[in-house]
Amino acid sequence: MIGPLRKKNSAASGMRRLALACAAATLAAFAAACGTDYFEIPIETPIQPKLDVSPFQRVLVYGFVAGGTDDVDANQETVRLLRSQLRTKSSLRVIDADVVPLIDVARDQSQGGSNEDSAGPREGGAPPRASSGNGGSDRGAQGVTLPATIKDEKDLEPYERLFANTAYWKRIGEEFQNPLIVTGTVLFMSRSTSGFVQRDQETFDNLGRRRVMPMRTYMERKGFVLRPKFVFIDGRTGATMYSESYREEILYNAQQNTPALSSYFELMDRLVPNFLSALSSQKIRGTRVLLK
Amino acid sequence: MKATAIAIVACVGVLSSTSLVAADAKKDAKSQVEFGISVAQRGLWREAIYRWEKATEIDPTYAAAYNDLAIGYEHEGQLDKARKAYEKALELDPNNSQVRQNYELFKEINDRTAQKEK
Repeated sequence: MIGPLRKKNSAASGMRRLALACAAATLAAFAAACGTDYFEIPIETPIQPKLDVSPFQRVLVYGFVAGGTDDVDANQETVRLLRSQLRTKSSLRVIDADVVPLIDVARDQSQGGSNEDSAGPREGGAPPRASSGNGGSDRGAQGVTLPATIKDEKDLEPYERLFANTAYWKRIGEEFQNPLIVTGTVLFMSRSTSGFVQRDQETFDNLGRRRVMPMRTYMERKGFVLRPKFVFIDGRTGATMYSESYREEILYNAQQNTPALSSYFELMDRLVPNFLSALSSQKIRGTRVLLK
Repeated sequence: MKATAIAIVACVGVLSSTSLVAADAKKDAKSQVEFGISVAQRGLWREAIYRWEKATEIDPTYAAAYNDLAIGYEHEGQLDKARKAYEKALELDPNNSQVRQNYELFKEINDRTAQKEK
């Protein structure tokens, strides 16, 4: 009983396949007869670097003033990520130094710290210092009260004075034989929001036809916001050459539990090409439509 | 009467020959564009740009040729030239959604480059 039924089914499916093949061939012949008037083509647009880094052979990713959530050490993670990206995607040699807790450096400067010892990290593995020396003219942010914790952009603002302290950065530059210095601020904050969101919803009608309809649904979402500012400093002069700020956000369904660190990397992934394009020429891949 | 007839015949002749020349030019421009597409698909972008430039010289009203030329310039990193070519293509064919889409994608890159030059 089963045997013949199977045979019948396979014969029917063979017929269906043949019909489909015929239809596809007819369509192809029709398309060829009509001729296509457009062609999608992949392109790679070369983008020149934003900075002239030819005077530098080496780059020092020094450290970042970081704030926001405590779930991720944004200073450590940003330094590690940028160094690894620069090692593979730039011609500059990356200096392997300890990551400096820049927030402590800024606080020390604001308090007029008189530690005459060198501020910077040691190449090759000495432990990072909790506070950095800023004798004399290094006291760029002296007298400014800095918030104890950085929770938002407002808290971060007073720390920005640190990057204008050319004497400090010149000294760091001298210590590392005048590299290009990369520093800045990183704010990685958790965020929750609720409201109407447009989502595509799949529906099937009585005849089993599939339809995708945009639907507005109320959702509670949570996620993270990443706001980095990259500051590029000339290690020979201590002056800021260029800086750029970004903002990226990711939101998930409130029930979804995504670790902060993976969100951080997902957001940084979006920004890294922009960061790299400051130092080295990049090719941006895309597709365009050629027309006849 | 005879002179008028001759004049009319001459006018018709001139007009038809002009339209024939124009048709030939359009055909020639189209073949340059098609050749450009076929070489671009094989990665020969410089040759493609040469062909599309030629097409725009032959027929300066050919929007598709300007669109393709813009893509060629974009691929070569000549963003200023690409912008001008896209704008010309849109000027000639403002309702062409494919040209507009190409131009929007190009602008994203161009804006990023412009930012860095500030």
